[in-house]
Amino acid sequence: MLRSEIAVWRSGPKFIMMEYVQWLQTSALSLTIRRSGLIIPITHVLHILATGLVLSALIMINHRVWGWSQTEPSRERARRFWPWLWWSMAVLTVTGIVLTLSAPRRTLLDPSFQVKMAMMGIGMLATFGFGLALRRYGEAWDSASSKHKMVSTFAAFTLVLWMGVTLAGRGRWLVGFLQG
Amino acid sequence: MESITQFLHWLEKTPVAIFVSQSPGGFSGLLMIHVGAAVIVFGMIVVVDLRLLGLASKGCSVTDLCREALPWTWTAFIISAITGVMLFTGQPVKYFANYAFQAKVALMALAGINMLVFQFMTIRSVSQWNRAPRIPVAAKLAGAISLSCWIAVVAYGRWTAFVM
Repeated sequence: MLRSEIAVWRSGPKFIMMEYVQWLQTSALSLTIRRSGLIIPITHVLHILATGLVLSALIMINHRVWGWSQTEPSRERARRFWPWLWWSMAVLTVTGIVLTLSAPRRTLLDPSFQVKMAMMGIGMLATFGFGLALRRYGEAWDSASSKHKMVSTFAAFTLVLWMGVTLAGRGRWLVGFLQG
Repeated sequence: MESITQFLHWLEKTPVAIFVSQSPGGFSGLLMIHVGAAVIVFGMIVVVDLRLLGLASKGCSVTDLCREALPWTWTAFIISAITGVMLFTGQPVKYFANYAFQAKVALMALAGINMLVFQFMTIRSVSQWNRAPRIPVAAKLAGAISLSCWIAVVAYGRWTAFVM
């Protein structure tokens, strides 16, 4: 590699990312998490439990949107499960940061982790938008005689996204295994 | 004990076990599905358990909640159980000797007994407290045992990998 090529590579985003990951890997916080015997397993468990709550809250909201349940208005159903969603997403984010800090090289440079993060970002935005729409139009959707296919499809899309986030969380291992 | 060990050694030579332990991505792919299904089992069980404990969904009837949650719970549980058994065959001797795995299976059995007691005894009087915010002690106990068991099942499931 020519000197000029090395200079270009060293100023590129990939190199900067690797430098940043290396710095994170050797940071005091990352070392503390790795050296503590219990932080990583406890955080893993909390991360899994929070994922379950996000999925169940979305499933329960979607049941009403899809018309599989008529026990209460959509707005009421969404209002009831809203705190579940937000608290679980908060726990997911905090535990996710701790887990990433515990192994920055293995996570941040992994393509499946990047896919997971992208899906989670879109999932959070979609969930937030869906929640706002339910608050505003929920009543109208409930009283409409025809089913709102767009709304039902969007609800399913949001759930599928979060299921994808869940699977991608384990997909890191799958990709690593396939790559040997 | 020896016959169990013989069975476990036989198990790890079956085609399923060879697929799990030797195919690239076999174990990881199954684990991905196993964990994905298990989180849905846990999440849906929490919806019912918190209602039984009187901590959430107080305005909803218990039977309506069960009707909504149980199909998801059972479907996810079956997927999780099948993939769990397949994963077990990959390293049966090691799993069998793993205390975290033993605790996980024992807790699942306890959760199963608790569910049977609830389904065949406690739920009989449901018409009296179906919509009531106050829940009888037996139903609250069922919710508390179930919730504790399933949190512990997830924890020991994760711990199994750490001590393998």
